[in-house]
Amino acid sequence: MLSDVNLLGPELVLLVVGGFLLIADLFLKDRRILMGATLAALLGSIIYSAVLLTEGHVGSQGFGGALVVDKFAIFFQILLAGAAMAAVLVSTETLQRTPSRRGEYLALILFSTAGLQLLAGSRDLIMVFIALELTSISQYILVGFHKDRWGSEGGLKYLLTGAVASAVLLYGMAILLGLTGSTNLSEIANYIAWQGAGKEEALMLAAVFLIAGFGFKAAVAPFQMWAPDAYTGAPTPIAAYLSVASKAAAFAILIRVFFEALGDDLLAEHWKTIFAVLATLSMFVGNFFAIRQNNIKRMLAYSSVAQAGTLMIGLAAISADRSELLGASGILFYLAGYTVTNLAAFTVIILIANHNGGSYDIRSYAGLGKRAPWLSFVLAFALISLIGLPPTAVFFGKIYLFETAVQSGLAWLAVVGAVNTLISAAYYLRPVKAMFIDTAEDEEGQPDVARPSNSVLATMGLVTAGVLVIGLHPGLLINAAEAAVAAIFS
Amino acid sequence: MDPGFPVLSLLIFLPLLGALLIALLPGRHTPTQWLVQNTPGEAKDYPKWIALGISLGGLIIALVMFIIFDRSAAGFQFVDEFDWISAEAVGFNVKYAFGVDGLSMPLVLLTAFLSVVAVLVSWRVDLRTKEYFAWLLVLETSVLGVFTSLDLIFFFLFWELELIPMFLLISIWGSGNRNYSALKFVLYTVFGSAFMLVGFLALGVAADTFDFREIRADAIAAAFLPAPVIFAFILIAFSIKLPVVPLHTWLPDAHTDAPTAVSVILAGVLLKMGGYGILRLLFTLMPDVGADADLALAIIGTVSIVYGAIVTMRQTDLKRLIAYSSVSHMGFVLLGVSALGVTGMSGAAMQLVTHGLITGMLFVMFGLVYDRTHTRQIAEMTGLMHHIPLLGIGMVFAGLAGLGLPALAGFVAEITIFLGAFGSQTAAVSVALLGVLLAAGYILWALQRTFFGPRDEKWSHLPDANHWSEFTIIGALMALIVLLGVYPSIVMDLLEMGVEPIVTNLETVVSSAGSVGAGGG
Repeated sequence: MLSDVNLLGPELVLLVVGGFLLIADLFLKDRRILMGATLAALLGSIIYSAVLLTEGHVGSQGFGGALVVDKFAIFFQILLAGAAMAAVLVSTETLQRTPSRRGEYLALILFSTAGLQLLAGSRDLIMVFIALELTSISQYILVGFHKDRWGSEGGLKYLLTGAVASAVLLYGMAILLGLTGSTNLSEIANYIAWQGAGKEEALMLAAVFLIAGFGFKAAVAPFQMWAPDAYTGAPTPIAAYLSVASKAAAFAILIRVFFEALGDDLLAEHWKTIFAVLATLSMFVGNFFAIRQNNIKRMLAYSSVAQAGTLMIGLAAISADRSELLGASGILFYLAGYTVTNLAAFTVIILIANHNGGSYDIRSYAGLGKRAPWLSFVLAFALISLIGLPPTAVFFGKIYLFETAVQSGLAWLAVVGAVNTLISAAYYLRPVKAMFIDTAEDEEGQPDVARPSNSVLATMGLVTAGVLVIGLHPGLLINAAEAAVAAIFS
Repeated sequence: MDPGFPVLSLLIFLPLLGALLIALLPGRHTPTQWLVQNTPGEAKDYPKWIALGISLGGLIIALVMFIIFDRSAAGFQFVDEFDWISAEAVGFNVKYAFGVDGLSMPLVLLTAFLSVVAVLVSWRVDLRTKEYFAWLLVLETSVLGVFTSLDLIFFFLFWELELIPMFLLISIWGSGNRNYSALKFVLYTVFGSAFMLVGFLALGVAADTFDFREIRADAIAAAFLPAPVIFAFILIAFSIKLPVVPLHTWLPDAHTDAPTAVSVILAGVLLKMGGYGILRLLFTLMPDVGADADLALAIIGTVSIVYGAIVTMRQTDLKRLIAYSSVSHMGFVLLGVSALGVTGMSGAAMQLVTHGLITGMLFVMFGLVYDRTHTRQIAEMTGLMHHIPLLGIGMVFAGLAGLGLPALAGFVAEITIFLGAFGSQTAAVSVALLGVLLAAGYILWALQRTFFGPRDEKWSHLPDANHWSEFTIIGALMALIVLLGVYPSIVMDLLEMGVEPIVTNLETVVSSAGSVGAGGG
């Protein structure tokens, strides 16, 4: 039992420090100490994951098979903790605005991250649900953190729709339990393999509910309606965090549940089609709505819907021989690339908003290339990566995912994805144009962009370097992603 | 030819390094001022000197390669390669592989040369010079990368890389409706490359490698998409780039609103990427589909030639006129390719090179005239020959080369294409000849309206060519156009060498399919 707790280490570190922060907040007022503790916890979590990886714990299961430590889970634990670190590092301004609730904010980020990490390692539906609720409830509060009009609206919308999504998910899980008599993923898989024939309809019903529940977290159309409001209302670091971490964990659990429990050929052919349709829908809906946005946070919210659609190509692309591996590792690769890229974009947006009087209007970016050339360059680079142009991370992510589609005979889906790249270029280039090509109406009156703090600068440097390094030398990450998904398909 | 030194990688990435150098040097100082840390000033000069040095360096490397290129050995030379991504388990293998053969060598040299021209013709640019020259060099890297990539993923990477510099160059330093034109250019290209990527992936997945030297016909036959579909997908991208009617509408806009140097690069080498791709990828990898598509290509080519020429005739804007003439001239490339023989294909390849020089020169001359007159409208210009005779001579020379005057480069390419295609595509050639006639018409008419005609004192204050950079460009371009006109084999031999394997391959396929022989050799 004690060794089981050991397997839970990466999450426990976060939960313990989070609890400590809630109390320490009462008497410790120094922002630096609180942030330092949070970062230390996240770093500790990453180190713990790395230790689990190197100390031969890979493949161990704990808590009666409810939790597994495999390379897949570790990949996500590290990715999620990394994303959370970036979100914390760029939260300086948010924390300054709300001095009395610093500990709360940081603790909630830790709880939410722990929940997401747990999700990646869950092999039992009950565990999945607990992890999901842990992360969701923390996020509802984080979204509404500013208690202003937009924050409350976003938070409430997220809460209400999230509650419905949870109910739907739970309903799907209940059907699955009723049919198979188990909540353990491998037992469900066994049941379907031996006795599933003839129960396809009922099983698919459960699968559809699960897709809806997880799709909500991933912000896939048609379950995306919370995203724009939540992103706009949330403190920007939280929007950044939601756009990458929530999505990553949602795809982790989608891969885990659908390949481990429902991966039987009996069902796979059906849900593959559902994913292909959702991917198409999500890409078109996300991109078309993004074109109409003037607020860059809303634009990125819709773009994240489109990106979720692109990711879903990987889920749709499973078929004969090795492309199963390819589809899933494509998702992991893309997620990592998308995470660094989106974090880079959001970091700059936060910095710009700090000096723009909190404006997220793309039109207010006019002439920024002159006033803050480096910031503008980083944002432009991130947006170019989001389009999928070289030499960036998402460029290879897209090639990789489209390859999986072609390889599994879904060339049409690759065409849809590629055409959506075109649509997305139309709006991703708008801020680039504003920054470098347009000139501000009142050039003199524009505030100078002050030098960002070291922590923000370091974050920006790291994630931007990440975008470039993955773009220039994708081999390393591809091999890591491949090793991670091999854990599921071995 | 193996020099034992990654000379090709050096050539490709030298401009990129130059761009970085320009970008990283501080903006308000010359390097010397920066080093000794005194006198701050608005020195705008050094980026262009660095750009000139770098592009000249590239030209020298390309020239040396051209000279030591082994003209007796088929296949790729100066090959640099190593594994870049090897994910065996999932079958995603990408090679860093670059090389040149007879087909790409002249185009590489052309790119290096026109890049120098582009830098020189920008000598008077004074808006945000640092960024301008940096992006110009990035553009050179991306084009060189396209012409030398031996791996589909790298080909695609460089193909896309060119978008960002082009977008910014047109929309920041352009004129007129530049934002619209820049975005249109990007969207058209991305639309094409979307399909190209799917085609490439289908090829790569089927062959288990993206190195196109190793993609075999039987692998393509087993691809998830039927070969004609792959062919069509990739052809969409190349047709947009070339461009062919009706996918050409981005070109006049982009050209008209682009700064002179970008027009030169765009007409001179970017369009060539389309023609090069058709020969290098489509006909090398899928000769059977290509052989079936010959009539379609001939028809599209002819329509482009004639329609392009008619529309050119109607233009009132001199720069737009030159732009539209490109549409017509690029139609010849398709016509030459559709002949399916060595003569026609090497003519098509030659047309890529000569059109690069000639239209490059036309845009240079127009740019120099525009710098003085500040109008593009033909109606506003008249009798310029009286005031700026040197520029006038340059313009007339380029115009004559453009209409295919014998002893100049354009003639060689067009006559070769006609000779090559006459046997197999008689009807198309007969119609296309009309294009030549029209070309003579629109060029001479345009020259007559602008440079000849009554003297207009409005222009009497215009300075003639007076800067060393202008003389250098005009002289070098003239010399090359004459050289290729009177001694074409210096390039033609290489091009023939490059297309020979393609044609051999084609003939094997065609004869094994039992159909009638195609095109003379």
